Amino acid sequence: MAEVQIKNYTLNFGPQHPAAHGVLRMVMELDGEVVERIDPHIGLLHRGTEKLIEHKTYMQAMPYFDRLDYVAAMSQEHAFVLAAEKLLGCEVPERAQYIRVLFSEISRILNHIMNVCAQAMDVGATTPMLWAFVERETLMEFYERASGARMHAAYFRVGGVHQDISEKLMDDIRIFIEHFPAVLDDVEALLTENRIFKQRNVDIGVVSEEEAMAWGFSGVMLRSTGLAWDLRKAQPYDVYAKMDFDIPVGLNGDCFDRYLMRMEEMRQSMRIMTQCLDQMKPGPVLSTDPKVAPPRRSEMKTSMEALINHFKHYTEGVKVPAGETYTAVEAPKGEFGVYLVSDGSNKPYRCKIRAPGFAHLQGMDFLTRGHMLADASAILGSLDIVFGEVDR
Amino acid sequence: MNEALVELGELIAAERSDEVVSTNIAFGELTVNVRAESLDKTLEFLRNDPNCKFEILCDVCGVDYPTRVKRFDVVYNLLSLRHNQRIIVKAETDARTPVPSVVGLFPAANWFEREAWDMYGIMFSGHPDLRRMLTDYGFEGHPLRKDFPLTGYVELRYSEDEKRVVYEPVNLTQEFRKFDFESPWEGTEYVLPGDEKAEGQG
Repeated sequence: MAEVQIKNYTLNFGPQHPAAHGVLRMVMELDGEVVERIDPHIGLLHRGTEKLIEHKTYMQAMPYFDRLDYVAAMSQEHAFVLAAEKLLGCEVPERAQYIRVLFSEISRILNHIMNVCAQAMDVGATTPMLWAFVERETLMEFYERASGARMHAAYFRVGGVHQDISEKLMDDIRIFIEHFPAVLDDVEALLTENRIFKQRNVDIGVVSEEEAMAWGFSGVMLRSTGLAWDLRKAQPYDVYAKMDFDIPVGLNGDCFDRYLMRMEEMRQSMRIMTQCLDQMKPGPVLSTDPKVAPPRRSEMKTSMEALINHFKHYTEGVKVPAGETYTAVEAPKGEFGVYLVSDGSNKPYRCKIRAPGFAHLQGMDFLTRGHMLADASAILGSLDIVFGEVDR
Repeated sequence: MNEALVELGELIAAERSDEVVSTNIAFGELTVNVRAESLDKTLEFLRNDPNCKFEILCDVCGVDYPTRVKRFDVVYNLLSLRHNQRIIVKAETDARTPVPSVVGLFPAANWFEREAWDMYGIMFSGHPDLRRMLTDYGFEGHPLRKDFPLTGYVELRYSEDEKRVVYEPVNLTQEFRKFDFESPWEGTEYVLPGDEKAEGQG
């Protein structure tokens, strides 16, 4: 029989696809079932966040950061308030720093547990997802008890956090830390030695150190190649310098390593949370400088000056001295940076949001090349993409 | 930390004296202003020089200053894992002059440059695939420019008659409200018509 030349097949993946983790459209060129080229089309969730922020005061701009990576909302807020604080040059009370670190780590667990279990679902395991949502609900309840909202917390403020957390909440977080490792063990029992899970993940989507650096990867993606780079250690912010924790690194840079690292990072997050709870002392949680933060509500109800100050904060906002800064935090997905330019007015002149997922998704093409079509969703899942932050 | 930055800034300025315009340090961050036409060479130096080793390109973005002749800043944020340092590289350009693309140096720049093109209309010469990134298929204009209205120009809806999505000019049911918080007691600069001569005397 004569050899038949088969033409490459172009497949449209998405924009509505359960394994796309949002609205992603990928144009795939397939040779049989092998992926030759992938062209991700993003921007279907573009909401013009950066433009909107230019028209809002600093306090009004902050809630937009919840809506970027809505899986781990507070980590984004953290980057923005740190950037604004840097330009203002203000001090943050120690208790506020501890609370921020505590909730950043809660966000990390929220993110990782979602990602690990969603990725497991992409490759066929449904049970971890169901278990994970129970725990996520508990963590979101902590969000709610601290800020009043389950997801879009708007909790971190320039100069501290909005409200103090109660003793009862701290006790409940301790209870969670006690019982959560058992859940992680259960999930690991289902996945780590699972034959199907390993077949779908080991040696899939391998990144080398050079590639990771050239493509601007960060976070778990960068560490999976063996580089121990974590901004919490390398460029510590808030009280991370006082924390004792380890950074898991990968050996092979494949999807399975990234899964193992995320599981370990959750355990390390719990270590950090315990230390925060132990070291936290009572005190103010918001800067007492009236130029930076509004007065407490009780004060506002009794003092005329505080009322005026409060009004000015919630209408005009804070005037931030002119300057520019690039401030990055180690968000669960990687380096989340805010390039903030102030012209001395009450609104940011420019606020560029550097989302880790944007750089990671860009690597989708080289990661998937030569893999089977079914691996594309496994790789996409382990990149940890959330379209809120990719499209902004 | 700061001394190392001062040293690094001096080193870059000395090594690349014909490319670097100025360096400054603010908020513990080093900013290097460079000439746009030789930007790729400067970044190549920053990536390869053993004292710099800025091997990770974190971010590329534009900033719009409509009052300037060269209205755009192109800002590159670089990170060096080796020296645990960050650097901001800035170049000025306008809507007509392309900036040399750095995709060849940092593959990560591909999407970031596409985004800067999409949002600001900054052109990058030598970019392999300068398509729009985030905006809609067939979008016109560059939304992050300061002269682009927040509401945009078109809105879309599903038309029951035509059985497809249609684009229409934006129709605001309420006037867009922009609050001006400039307090007249805080030294607003009043412009007195016909008093231009007074400028520079006070």
